[in-house]
Amino acid sequence: MKEKSETTKKFEKRLQATGNEKYVLRLYVTGMTSKSINAIENIRKICEENLQGRYELEIIDIYQQPEYAKKEQILAAPTLIKKLPLPLRKFIGDMSNEEKILIGLDLVPKEKKK
Amino acid sequence: MSTNKKPAAGTEQVFPKCKSGIRGLDEITFGGIPKGRPTLIAGGAGSGKTLMSMEFLVRGATDYNEPGVFMAFEETAEELAKNVASLGFDLEALIAQKKFLVDYVRVERSEIEETGEYDLEGLFVRLNHAIDSIGAKRVVLDTIESLFAGLGNEAILRAELRRLFRWLKDKGVTAIITAERGEKSLTRYGLEEYVSDCVILLDHRVQNQISTRRMRVVKYRGSVHGTNEYPFLIDEKGISIMPITSLTLNYEISNKRISSGIPRLDTMLEGKGFYQGSTILISGTAGTGKTSISASFAAATCQRNQRCLYFAFEESPNQIMRNMKSIGIDLEPCVKKGLLKFHAVRSTFYGLETHLVQMQKLIDDFKPDSVIVDPITNLINAGDQNDVKSMLTRLIDYLKAKQITTIFTNLTHLASLETTETEVSSIMDTWILLRDIELGGERNRGIYILKSRGMAHSNQIREFLITSKGVDIIDVYTGPAGVLTGSARLTQENKDKAAEDSRKEETEKLQRDLERQRKLVQAQVEALQAEFTAKEEEVKQKIAQEKRLEKTSSENREEMGRMRKEDKQ
Repeated sequence: MKEKSETTKKFEKRLQATGNEKYVLRLYVTGMTSKSINAIENIRKICEENLQGRYELEIIDIYQQPEYAKKEQILAAPTLIKKLPLPLRKFIGDMSNEEKILIGLDLVPKEKKK
Repeated sequence: MSTNKKPAAGTEQVFPKCKSGIRGLDEITFGGIPKGRPTLIAGGAGSGKTLMSMEFLVRGATDYNEPGVFMAFEETAEELAKNVASLGFDLEALIAQKKFLVDYVRVERSEIEETGEYDLEGLFVRLNHAIDSIGAKRVVLDTIESLFAGLGNEAILRAELRRLFRWLKDKGVTAIITAERGEKSLTRYGLEEYVSDCVILLDHRVQNQISTRRMRVVKYRGSVHGTNEYPFLIDEKGISIMPITSLTLNYEISNKRISSGIPRLDTMLEGKGFYQGSTILISGTAGTGKTSISASFAAATCQRNQRCLYFAFEESPNQIMRNMKSIGIDLEPCVKKGLLKFHAVRSTFYGLETHLVQMQKLIDDFKPDSVIVDPITNLINAGDQNDVKSMLTRLIDYLKAKQITTIFTNLTHLASLETTETEVSSIMDTWILLRDIELGGERNRGIYILKSRGMAHSNQIREFLITSKGVDIIDVYTGPAGVLTGSARLTQENKDKAAEDSRKEETEKLQRDLERQRKLVQAQVEALQAEFTAKEEEVKQKIAQEKRLEKTSSENREEMGRMRKEDKQ
């Protein structure tokens, strides 16, 4: 019983923390293709609108740094990886589906979607 | 082998091939898989796709100095290294030498969110980077189909795969792509549509509770290839495919003759015995002495200081040795000297192919001068007849190519005495038949040579005896009373002897009579002669007396005249 209450406490703490966590995002692109450009523009827009001031977005061209592709298990391009907060999550595509990204980034509660 | 170089060389100009290094595969494909192009290996779960592709890379790296990249979609590098360590492949060492590289691509659908258009450029970058970093010439993608499970957009995936295979061709690497076997098509996702230069199908079938791996080259664009299904085996040395075509009928033959270990049997074979490197089939019903002849041959081989390998599928080595000792063939010293080696295993223990490979391996290791397979009949249990025949053909070809004299024993039933159950008699050089001859309430063993290629062998049925001093072959009784063996032969022989004796006595008596007669006549002749001589003497005396008388009377007359002073004219 004691344990249960402790987990509840942790859960509540976490719940309070949401909304002000720092996001670490990495976008892997392959050169300046239209898909890459679209993805960069789209993710910048999403971040500015939803995570202003508390995100860190790094854009990496795996043509230039191919060793990242293996390290980060990149398969498709473009790929966005949410490093923090955990859990790690991957998004592939040109980031045009804003809703999916927001859900994936835990920025929109699933009920609100409706 | 040497003969297969020809077609390979002939096609080399038009179609460059890449030696896979996998035992047997290069013979079937006449030189290897298409160089600089992708090859598809399709097969069900556990059919050996990963191992075959892995061996392709490892052989490339170790034997042909062609570094390789293994892109794994299913297993991590550590798992792979562990799995193939059992085949004797040291991936860690190859990786350290920069001859090998594993890139594990993790595709987890739950982790990936699709948010618009994408391509698989990430995979291309990885592959390109991996290839360039070690200068790879060979690439394996195992199993790229996992992408279909990991990514939802099949349209993109198919377009990208088409691009990937094109790209691999442009890159000039020899690639193997593995794919899961599909129910209707060759592969589950129809990959054969994209990789169509060479398609190899692997199969793992269980027949009569014995599993056999098989492979078939379904398609090889622009090249001839063996079209059959070939059994293959995965053992501690990797994959071995045993193509029947890899051995041809042009092995060297020997004129040397070797003894069978039974002097009288040698006599039946032109007095010289078997040809070295020939195959001998001994068939007969149960208990006719097949193993005894085999053991005699084994002992004879060891006596010549040669090596003999004995495959026993029915009895344990100790049992064979004990039993043979009881008939005066002591094999134990041969084993101790290392000249005789037993390999006893139940025939149902492995599938046929495993047997074949096992036997080949033992033969390679032990390098025997003669081999005994006792009996081949038991191998039928390990597969169906066609398989057994093709396996034995391959084994015989292999042995002949190595100039190894081989004895196969075959258990037959009375009804089918002159047919071997495995139909292998046509590929045997010498066929010795042992049979029971039932006569006068007892069974005796008969032996005869049904055929023996290249020699004027005896056509006689001989009686085959197993005594405490070894096996012996003696003439059967053939005479007016028919062909007899065993005690009937002895009785008849005694009877004949008695008859002959009495005949002899008769003749002697006649001779004696004649002699007597002759002596009698001679005596008579002598008596007459004596009589005649006596008479002659008498007559001669008389004549002399007469002469004397005549002389006296004439003298008297002259005296008288003188006295009378007779005048003379």
